[in-house]
Amino acid sequence: MLPCGVYNRNYGEDMSVLRTRSHWGMLIAFLVLLATIPLFAGYQWENFITLVCFFVINAVGLNILLGYTGQVALGQAAFMAVGAYTSGILTAKLGLSFIVTLPLAGLVAGAAGIIFGLPSVRVKGFYLALVTLGAQFIIIYIIEHLEITGGTDGMTCPFASIGGLTFDTPTKIYWLVMAVTIILVFLAMNLMRTRIGRAFIAVRDNDIAAEVLGVNISHYKLLAFFIGCFYSGIAGALWAHYTTSLHPSQFPLHNSIMYLGIIVVGGMGTMFGPIAGAIVMRGLDELVMIIFPKLAAAFPSMGANMAPALGPMAFGLVFILFLIFEPRGIAHGWRRLKSSVEHWPFSY
Amino acid sequence: MIMEKFLGLLANGLAVGGVYACVALGFTLIFKATRVFNFAVGNFVCIGAFLIWTFVAQFHLPMALSVALGVLGGGLLGLLCDRLFVRPMLGQDILSIIIMTLVLSFFLNGLAMFIWGSVPAVYPEYLPRGSLGLGGATVGTDIVFCFIAALVLAGLIAFYFEKAKGSLAMRATAEDHQVAQAAGIRVKNISTLVWSVAGGVCATGGLLLGTIRGVDMYLPEFGLKVVPAVLIGGLESIPGAVAGGLIIGVLERLASGYINPIVGGGIETCFAYIVMIIFITFKPHGLFGLRKIERL
Repeated sequence: MLPCGVYNRNYGEDMSVLRTRSHWGMLIAFLVLLATIPLFAGYQWENFITLVCFFVINAVGLNILLGYTGQVALGQAAFMAVGAYTSGILTAKLGLSFIVTLPLAGLVAGAAGIIFGLPSVRVKGFYLALVTLGAQFIIIYIIEHLEITGGTDGMTCPFASIGGLTFDTPTKIYWLVMAVTIILVFLAMNLMRTRIGRAFIAVRDNDIAAEVLGVNISHYKLLAFFIGCFYSGIAGALWAHYTTSLHPSQFPLHNSIMYLGIIVVGGMGTMFGPIAGAIVMRGLDELVMIIFPKLAAAFPSMGANMAPALGPMAFGLVFILFLIFEPRGIAHGWRRLKSSVEHWPFSY
Repeated sequence: MIMEKFLGLLANGLAVGGVYACVALGFTLIFKATRVFNFAVGNFVCIGAFLIWTFVAQFHLPMALSVALGVLGGGLLGLLCDRLFVRPMLGQDILSIIIMTLVLSFFLNGLAMFIWGSVPAVYPEYLPRGSLGLGGATVGTDIVFCFIAALVLAGLIAFYFEKAKGSLAMRATAEDHQVAQAAGIRVKNISTLVWSVAGGVCATGGLLLGTIRGVDMYLPEFGLKVVPAVLIGGLESIPGAVAGGLIIGVLERLASGYINPIVGGGIETCFAYIVMIIFITFKPHGLFGLRKIERL
């Protein structure tokens, strides 16, 4: 819905994301705000936003796969592990520069994604969900039993460094992660407006109709798997140089389900959705961290069990409520709110 | 010596496989009747096992009574999940329902951890100690008991759902909810029924698994392996679920006996999934499933 006085004169205007000067102004102000947050906000905010960024990258990738192409993927955390270990090993053992290992991590994770996406050419829905569920267990098993990954002992990897610049403080890591996130979101947003993005959506909506229209389904399904896992791989590589110590248990099935939940809460098949979902879920996590000590003080007998249990319970409940009451997620709610504000006091 | 090792692995595999078969039935029942894939099946197993443990070890009730109460509790859990979480989702596309049960597993995991914590528990011994000689291999009596119990239970359920009148209504419901309703079948009741029965069956599976390997927070992951079992057997098939469970149990044991020395342990955590992916790629309808022709 366009506001009064704004209209499309050609196709380019119809497709444009930023159409007015105020859009540009808001975007630039937002980017400046993101870049300067470390200057005035404390460490906690910085760390919070860095963590949100990992979720955003993962969720945007999964959203391309699930929300736009309609392919279920339950192994996103494992592909993140592939990226993390690729970058970790290349920098720690071979001493390669981060600028080389970052895209390599994405490519390796993407290649792994294609391998596990291959059955998607033959099967869909539930069967595909199972293949990707298998991917989660198999990849983590392989990582646990390879020598080069350090197995269940985990491994350490250095901070990221590009040229002479080492990203070793929270603030520097924040800028690195934020820059990569912005680039990836920008790419994803534009990808969805190209031929590829339209083909993805066609495959999701009706694969047989898409094939009749000349969309090569197997090609685009595999491409979607590649891109989705590429994003996870990049997130993993950043994660590796954020924690600097990797362990297979950092990438459980739990996290894979979490990414699914994030795009459900945010809104599947929208660009705004995964970002909003990531912020909400990460915020919920922080909230649990704040509430937990108070609850533990109120019910001392429950204290020991509550720490690991409260998070999954809160997340599960929020996910379930969204699935039942607002399956189209925050993005849809936001659109409704916006249109009701624009048309106020009229109902439409 | 070689034969003994093989037989020992086979016997152990069959025992675990029997439990998988039992839980797989719980999964298949729900799928057959309502086309819902219950990914939370592992959590049902876990909570059922812990419920029985609570009754017997904390409240000091006799074992038989605890099992009965635990199975009832499992059924109640299934009923609640159906009423609160699954029913509002009926009629939505497969994707939403898959995500729903996954998220449900998330929630139930937290719930179990909240109530019982992450401390592993064991049942007090309720079976006679000892072992049976079996063609050169020795097998614990508890394992033999679990195998027999699982198969008896599986047989009972299979018999009921193949022969009972309700079974036909269930198949009609699976085919098409609206048509079933037009034929006078109460779709909601059927959904509630299968979820409760599945909850009870899973609790029993939890008891048997708990007897073999102790009750802990790894049970959900363990129970999730019935999903490959069901798939190998064929999604809609009750004999398939039993066969798939046994096959997965045996293959897993054999893999841990023969492949583990080569790769360095732990293959049983993912072997079921490797077998499953091979099946999905080459024979997605499983051993006994309906062959649906759909070209992609």
